[in-house]
Amino acid sequence: MGGLAHYFEAQGVPTSQISLIREHTEFVQPPRALWVPFDLGRPLGVPNDADFQKRVLLAALKLFEESAGPVLQDFGDDAPVADGADAVWACPVNLTRREADLHSSDAMRAAFKREMVELRPWYDLAVKKKERTTVGVSELGLEQIVDFVGAFLDGLPENPRQDLSLAYMLNFAVDDLKAYYYEAAAAQPVGTTPTGGDLDSWFWEQTAAAKILFAIKDRCLESDDKIMQLVGKLLLIPSAYNNP
Amino acid sequence: MARLEQMPEPMRSHIAKTKLPKFESRPWADGPPLNHRRVAIVSTAGLHQRGDRPFTFEPGDIYRVIAGNVAANDLIMSHVSTNFDRSGFQQDWNLVFPLDRLNELCDEGHIQSVAQYHYSFMGATDPQDMEPAARKVAGFLLEDQVNAVLLVPV
Repeated sequence: MGGLAHYFEAQGVPTSQISLIREHTEFVQPPRALWVPFDLGRPLGVPNDADFQKRVLLAALKLFEESAGPVLQDFGDDAPVADGADAVWACPVNLTRREADLHSSDAMRAAFKREMVELRPWYDLAVKKKERTTVGVSELGLEQIVDFVGAFLDGLPENPRQDLSLAYMLNFAVDDLKAYYYEAAAAQPVGTTPTGGDLDSWFWEQTAAAKILFAIKDRCLESDDKIMQLVGKLLLIPSAYNNP
Repeated sequence: MARLEQMPEPMRSHIAKTKLPKFESRPWADGPPLNHRRVAIVSTAGLHQRGDRPFTFEPGDIYRVIAGNVAANDLIMSHVSTNFDRSGFQQDWNLVFPLDRLNELCDEGHIQSVAQYHYSFMGATDPQDMEPAARKVAGFLLEDQVNAVLLVPV
């Protein structure tokens, strides 16, 4: 991020950046930066809080009024915590995978399909409420995603798109799959808003979908395709759950 | 939690060891008061409009253009990293791409205008590989009369 600031400024374009990793910004020294104490993935602090987001944004923009730099300012406030965040969030659709049901590829696919169906009303509600979804990077339909991802349990399936390699398509279909689960789970009215950590531990520890992704990771690592190996090694499963 | 010392391993070590570019010069582009600025967002979240080709590792695949009138449902993310929280962006695009907030600040007179186009880079790209594309994007921004770029990481 700080590199872009240097490149733009050298061309005469003034910049102010939000910084999530203060140590990186201290090293790169962009002209104007506002360090914020928020989670990675949340540079404006908190979703659905326009006033707080606007405060962060204005603090970053006010740095354009500085007369000399580099200037690195700290944003003083932590992100507000949602009401009820001290309560323990639990996904009300009980998807807890039964290991006994996951003894074969067919059984895993069946459990995965069942989860997708069970979550569908909540996903549909989420889309209706937000008038928005982040699913769609792969451009595959939800049923296609289930079949395409599930097919990797038995080897490398046919590529449904010709403009992207199979390895990229796996990566993007899995991104869509995770977005579907997360958006559906977060839509459920359970009195508390799940944090990113809540959703991660639910998805990676309790769903059949995750079980399939762990199995697919091994298939990717066996591939001769370097991008497929990279997808398996780093791009399917977050490092916190990706045991070597 | 973006305080490095509070991050869990192995992410903390990975981030702490990230190879960063060292710059000898300190460029500083000046401009008018904030309320006379035209502002563009440049994100490194791997954002693009629905239907655009997702980001890949192919050489030269560095950035995407985002129209200033993009609808919230048409902005999606194909960042390669699995190690940041996407659930906030799923709930509210302004958390990563604060276009609604920027338009509000414009309506309130804090800034003069919002750019016709915004840009997103793939943050996992080596910064030095971004330089030629960044110089080109700088030209497009100047063409759009932009005199304030808000750089937003993820």
